[in-house]
Amino acid sequence: MTDKINIEIDGHVCEAAPGEMIIAVADRAGITIPRFCYHKKLSIAANCRMCLVEAEQGGRPFPKPVPACATPVGEGLKVWTRSPKAIEAQRGTMEFLLINHPLDCPICDQGGECELQDVAMGYGGDVSRFAERKRVVMDEDLGPLIATDMTRCIHCTRCVRFGAEIAGVREMGATGRGEDMRIGTFVAHTVSHELSGNVIDLCPVGALTSKPYRFSARPWELIGRDGIAPHDGLGSNLRLHVRGNRIMRVHPNDNEAVNETWISDRDRFSYAGLYGDDRLTAPMVKQDGAWRAVEWTEALTLVAERLKAADAEDMGWLMAPNATLEELYLAQRIARALGCPNIDHRLRQQDFSGDAVDPILPWLGVPVGELELQRGLLLVGSDIRQEQPLLAHRIRKAALAGARVFSVNPLTLDLNHEATQFVGTPARMLDDLAAIAKALGVGGSSAIRARIAASEPNEAHSAAAASLAEAGGLGAALILLGALAAAHPDYTALKALAQAIAEATRGRLGYLPSAANSVGAYLAGAHPGVRSGAKPAERLGLSTAAMLDQSRKTLVLWGLEPDLDLMDPTRAMAACSNADFVVACSAFQSPALQAAADVLLPIGAFAETSGTFVNASGTWQSFQGAVPPPGEARPGWKVLRVLGNLLDLPGFEYRDGAEIRDELAALCADASFDNSPRGDFMPAGQAIDSGLTRIGTVPIQALDGLVRRAPALRGVRMPGSEFAVYLHPDQAQAEGIGLGDRVLVRQEGGSTEATVMLDARLPMGCARIPAGVPGSEGLGSLIGPVGLERLTDSAATGEK
Amino acid sequence: MSFRNLPLAEIQEPDKSNLFTPEIRESIEASIAKYPPEWRQSAVMPALSIVQDANGGWLTRELMNEVAAYLDMPAMSVYEVATFYGMYDLEPQGRHKVCVCNSISCLLNGSEALIEHIEHKYQVKPGETTRDGRFTFKEVECLGACRHAPAVLLDKVYHENLSPESLDKLIDDLE
Repeated sequence: MTDKINIEIDGHVCEAAPGEMIIAVADRAGITIPRFCYHKKLSIAANCRMCLVEAEQGGRPFPKPVPACATPVGEGLKVWTRSPKAIEAQRGTMEFLLINHPLDCPICDQGGECELQDVAMGYGGDVSRFAERKRVVMDEDLGPLIATDMTRCIHCTRCVRFGAEIAGVREMGATGRGEDMRIGTFVAHTVSHELSGNVIDLCPVGALTSKPYRFSARPWELIGRDGIAPHDGLGSNLRLHVRGNRIMRVHPNDNEAVNETWISDRDRFSYAGLYGDDRLTAPMVKQDGAWRAVEWTEALTLVAERLKAADAEDMGWLMAPNATLEELYLAQRIARALGCPNIDHRLRQQDFSGDAVDPILPWLGVPVGELELQRGLLLVGSDIRQEQPLLAHRIRKAALAGARVFSVNPLTLDLNHEATQFVGTPARMLDDLAAIAKALGVGGSSAIRARIAASEPNEAHSAAAASLAEAGGLGAALILLGALAAAHPDYTALKALAQAIAEATRGRLGYLPSAANSVGAYLAGAHPGVRSGAKPAERLGLSTAAMLDQSRKTLVLWGLEPDLDLMDPTRAMAACSNADFVVACSAFQSPALQAAADVLLPIGAFAETSGTFVNASGTWQSFQGAVPPPGEARPGWKVLRVLGNLLDLPGFEYRDGAEIRDELAALCADASFDNSPRGDFMPAGQAIDSGLTRIGTVPIQALDGLVRRAPALRGVRMPGSEFAVYLHPDQAQAEGIGLGDRVLVRQEGGSTEATVMLDARLPMGCARIPAGVPGSEGLGSLIGPVGLERLTDSAATGEK
Repeated sequence: MSFRNLPLAEIQEPDKSNLFTPEIRESIEASIAKYPPEWRQSAVMPALSIVQDANGGWLTRELMNEVAAYLDMPAMSVYEVATFYGMYDLEPQGRHKVCVCNSISCLLNGSEALIEHIEHKYQVKPGETTRDGRFTFKEVECLGACRHAPAVLLDKVYHENLSPESLDKLIDDLE
């Protein structure tokens, strides 16, 4: 690193690195330079010319004002941002920018928070000298999230650069020349990208605005409150804009270590799910099959009585992995105090045979910010862009910086960077991993030795092994296990192989958390084998699968919908109907919850409760409630506190959420993040059916109840997110079915109808049938055998 | 616009043998050969010209997409180039193109009279094609022939020091 130099801006001496741009140094020193096209996360375009400043170097003045965003600093540089020459240049630029900009601020959604408006206040003239006609530009249709008013566009090209550099899709561009220049897609098509909403923040004017928020509030009516995104494992920092008791929109907060300055569309638009008409607003009790709204005291007394009377061994607690740390901690305290060790948050996991040796506190393996420094990455069972949009962005940054990315998956991922993808059936995934392990010369523990010995690495496997080993030698290899790995029928074998590869390459193993607080759930102890503080439990309880298999008499469901949020909806609904007493704490109502539960307790959803999420890399992020929950709904931790009191449990006298968090934090003082297993993984050697296998991916906007209810996101047609049976064209031909056919999908005990779609990205032997979306409720395991039966005509439909 | 932190190529179609005809491929390759191998997209302007000439003087969106695939670049970047420069036409053209310079030197030396003359005599506005399809009349920016203004580009040939009469004669000679 070269030495720092000193430059002078407006008489202040500022420290700078040689080669840095003037504007970056000025920003750090808190000196304002007006700008439109410059953005710290995008490449430099220098095309708006608003940041012109006067400068001299070594006593020699630059002949003309220079753009601060594109002028690198050097020794002896002196800059004046407010000198008469600089101001004159800035005023001149402003006048030109305003020539074609409509004077429609009163009806513009950006009004009040518009960079152009602000800068025009400072630099614009009172009267325009431009008497000619202004330009008018046709609007673009960019889909249900982004509203366009292209006449207002000042051609800063931030959105174009965002598309090319951050999103990795070069969809927008600047066509035409001079007066005819237009920003748009040229070939009218909507933008479908999981980060597309960020262009709303980037646009300095009102050309790109938020469609769902449009015309519903003015910025000066809004109060900003901090929040943490409740969906993926990143925990993006949010700014919730509140008017009265309603969240009007969501913006990102900058946090370089977490979300940089971006948020995914899921985090940005899911708030609208709070305002659907299916919120649960009062405690409800089912009596003789009819639902009745009751007082909290009645409902909670009933629940306490039933829990006290129930056989604790025959009880099960299923917790959503995006419940807050406080909720998870209190829930497991109650469960364990009652003598019930059966509590789990791993809702979409199938194989729990590794529970005894699983790492006690699995996490990402590296701080989020270090993802982009990896040199070799192996993604095992993860549709990363759908599961963790912004971690995918970090991985893309690594790939662009030269990292080699490999994936082992049951479908070809639509990645926006170079990658070598091994695609095969779930059984084939194990073979691919074993082949990579063999190429690395791994013997492996007894359980996987035979599989590795039997595998035959091809060139691609050897190349992957060599790249990962090379990256590992530099301390920058990472093997990541994702949601599809967790849903794999032989997850334990995947973990064993991934662990073996990590050891052989001297790389690290990481777990991509399935939801916002998956890591927190281990710390809180919402796990059958882990008690709070991430310590091994004395007594192993039942996992999610075991609880549903061996029907429990009493079930507590926290923040989940049994027909959409669990591995096996059919089995989950059956377990609920077999139980004597089911209490569901939920922010939402649904027919399935009403069918499954006996008592419904309304709890606050995202932004309606205070709490803490622990993100993928173990960062604790606490937040306050931004709005009150609707009706009689109460923050979850308060419900659990009162329940604890009614059950006469000691130590439930918390006054606020922070007290609960501090109590848990004290327990977690010596918890360490460590992904190494506590012994040898012993895969059950689950025979994976050789017939057609269902690959149940969870589409990006189906992750949890909140995002499923966001109307704007429902309108986004992300490719492959609709409920249907997706088959490789050859597979469809082999099954004798074609595109658009209706088929009966059969999975252990459940069946449903679906339309067939063709997708050449799938391997033979697999049928991708999305989970978590309407239509999937009647099916079984996310990954498991499936049968398809062609329904020739509507008569066949009637038979069912 | 440059994206300095991006890879140069976006490979859409590794197999180029289905794109264009062998003759067109050969002439595009000759242009590509002038640049470093990782800078195939530098040949976008000659490639567009070659493809446009082979298509009767104009570019369709499909052709631009094919050029993008051939040069391993995003289609949007090809649209940007093709819409920026005046020599690429995105609509069907007449059999010939009569391009009259409207920049300062030619304007001072009488190109305005040429433009008015063509508009009047052949009943075409700039950008339009005569009814018989003989030629498309275009007003273009500086042709770089200021010394002998006014200049007209007739298909690929420069004609200088023109008057309405001499321009008429040139147009009469077009088939």
